[in-house]
Amino acid sequence: MSPVLDPTLPAPHRWIASERASDVEVTQAIADPVFAPVGNAWWIALLVSLPFVLWLIASIGWLFYKGIGIWGINSTVVWGVAIANYVWWIGIGNAGTLISSMLLLTRQQWRGSINRFAEAMTLFAVAIAGIMPIIHLGRPIYAYWLAPYPNTMTLWPQWRSALVWDFWAIISYLLFSILFFYIALIPDLATMRDRTRTRAGQLLYGAFALGWRGSARHWRRLKTLHTTMAALGVPLVCSVHSIVGLDFAASLMPGWQESIFPPYFVLGAMYSGFAMVIILALAIRWGLSLQAIITANHFEVMGRILLMASIVMGYSYASEWFMAWYGGKHSERSLVAFEFAGTYAPLFWALLACNVVMPQALWFPAVRHSLPALLAIAVGINIGMWLERILIVWNTLSHDYMPSLWRSFHFTFWDWSFLIAPLGLFALLFLLFMRLVPSVSMFDMRELAHQEGAA
Amino acid sequence: MSGNLIAEFRNPEVLNAALRRVKEAGHQALDAFTPYPVEGLDEELGIAPSRIRYAMLAGGLIVAACAFGLQWYSAVIDYPLNSGGRPLNSWQVFLLVPFEVGVFAAALSGVVAFLWSCGLPRLHHPLFEIPGFERATQDHYFLLVAAKADEAVGELRHVLEAAGAVVVTEVRQP
Repeated sequence: MSPVLDPTLPAPHRWIASERASDVEVTQAIADPVFAPVGNAWWIALLVSLPFVLWLIASIGWLFYKGIGIWGINSTVVWGVAIANYVWWIGIGNAGTLISSMLLLTRQQWRGSINRFAEAMTLFAVAIAGIMPIIHLGRPIYAYWLAPYPNTMTLWPQWRSALVWDFWAIISYLLFSILFFYIALIPDLATMRDRTRTRAGQLLYGAFALGWRGSARHWRRLKTLHTTMAALGVPLVCSVHSIVGLDFAASLMPGWQESIFPPYFVLGAMYSGFAMVIILALAIRWGLSLQAIITANHFEVMGRILLMASIVMGYSYASEWFMAWYGGKHSERSLVAFEFAGTYAPLFWALLACNVVMPQALWFPAVRHSLPALLAIAVGINIGMWLERILIVWNTLSHDYMPSLWRSFHFTFWDWSFLIAPLGLFALLFLLFMRLVPSVSMFDMRELAHQEGAA
Repeated sequence: MSGNLIAEFRNPEVLNAALRRVKEAGHQALDAFTPYPVEGLDEELGIAPSRIRYAMLAGGLIVAACAFGLQWYSAVIDYPLNSGGRPLNSWQVFLLVPFEVGVFAAALSGVVAFLWSCGLPRLHHPLFEIPGFERATQDHYFLLVAAKADEAVGELRHVLEAAGAVVVTEVRQP
């Protein structure tokens, strides 16, 4: 597939690496890959991701049959991979809407190239995150007890419980994200409706485009709605991940009961989410030949954001250690010593290397301009952020107040299953997304091309 | 009324220029159809700011109040449970759920208000019958205008063509 927009180097415009990007060229470049025959790379990726999805389904089935004892959890370390996964996935899930709405509110024009698939990433990641607390329940068939409904037991949910907050936060956030994603998709669905040659495509895209015809009145209202939702989205995202932080911080455990947790979790979410956006942007740019639309400058600014976030993450870790020392409680100081030198110390050092040390390479412009280097750093950050979450769980639970209860967590096959298999489901959903809707917002790109003088 | 014309332009600058000429000639510009939101076009067309935000505020506040009320009723009246000596009405923590569902309700009210005020969803519209109108969502810019009088339709057509319209079509309905 030859790209419609030929990328020219050096980029003649800041955010469009093509001399000319007329409306029709932008439309073709983004919409045509969806109509084009499916390429080999896509089929291979699909066939690779499918076994993982089956593996996940089988793992969930086995878990429901056998119970949570198949994991490496024990009576001391009662939380494990499911909780770390939950925090990790919802972190990635928070980033899409956060990135999209923050960049919209701060009028960063380059958002047009990345916001669509970042929001899709949010939807899929939050959906996967939502599975995790349910499978973590000892009796998942009663998960619906979290919802308030009239019942013969005359019981109500315990509204002071962090689990109940999670339930409402995830549901509200997932539904909000679907709306936020969908309303910005309507004009592009109308473009797809008007470009597709098949009757089925016309009916399907036509139904979801809701009769959009690009009226100036409709644009005005859509803009008002989208901006207002973005303004609501930022505090919503912050509150969702703060509530995840409160799952830990509302307890009395050493290393968890810290007022820094909510903001530190929100930042961690944005950090891992941006790293994931870089990985997906590289995949989409290569897979759909969008080198002219997702430019080297986009990766450069995302690299800067990662650098900034890594510095703040380092500050957060340091302030945890400082407060443990300064607070003077034996249990807290002993926990920090355990982090650095205890059972999980190699993982802890790896997390610091991935999240704090390695991203410092982004100070060098050469690294920010090298896509392989960025990919390596982004993958490293995602690994580091998962390690951070599992270590928050393990360190505190393995090194509680009572030394006679200290025990370690040992990975089982089923822990690996729940760590790896959801990645396949995420990949599958993302591959389907790429084939069904335009991965980049076409109308935002047309606007950007006109502003950049490329149209 | 049969005095409505829709003119097709190749780019937004020409459309903007044509819009000014149409207004100078005393005709009325009704609406524009563009592939992306052209800055300033809504002011030129005199489109009033939308009131979607009021609906969002109302929807969000009402649902948040209901969520708080539900928690209060269940925790204080219907199922009082002393957990660790905390007050039955623990309003500080009861604010979390109303915030979450309130934001979602505000978004949902906004979407409903948006669709309502735009007259969407709509499966068909007379404008879709116009040849070439499918390019309004891709790369062409359309201007819908009403002549000041039925006799002035010909004059309006000249104004549009002189301003650079590619095609001018008459439309029966808006």
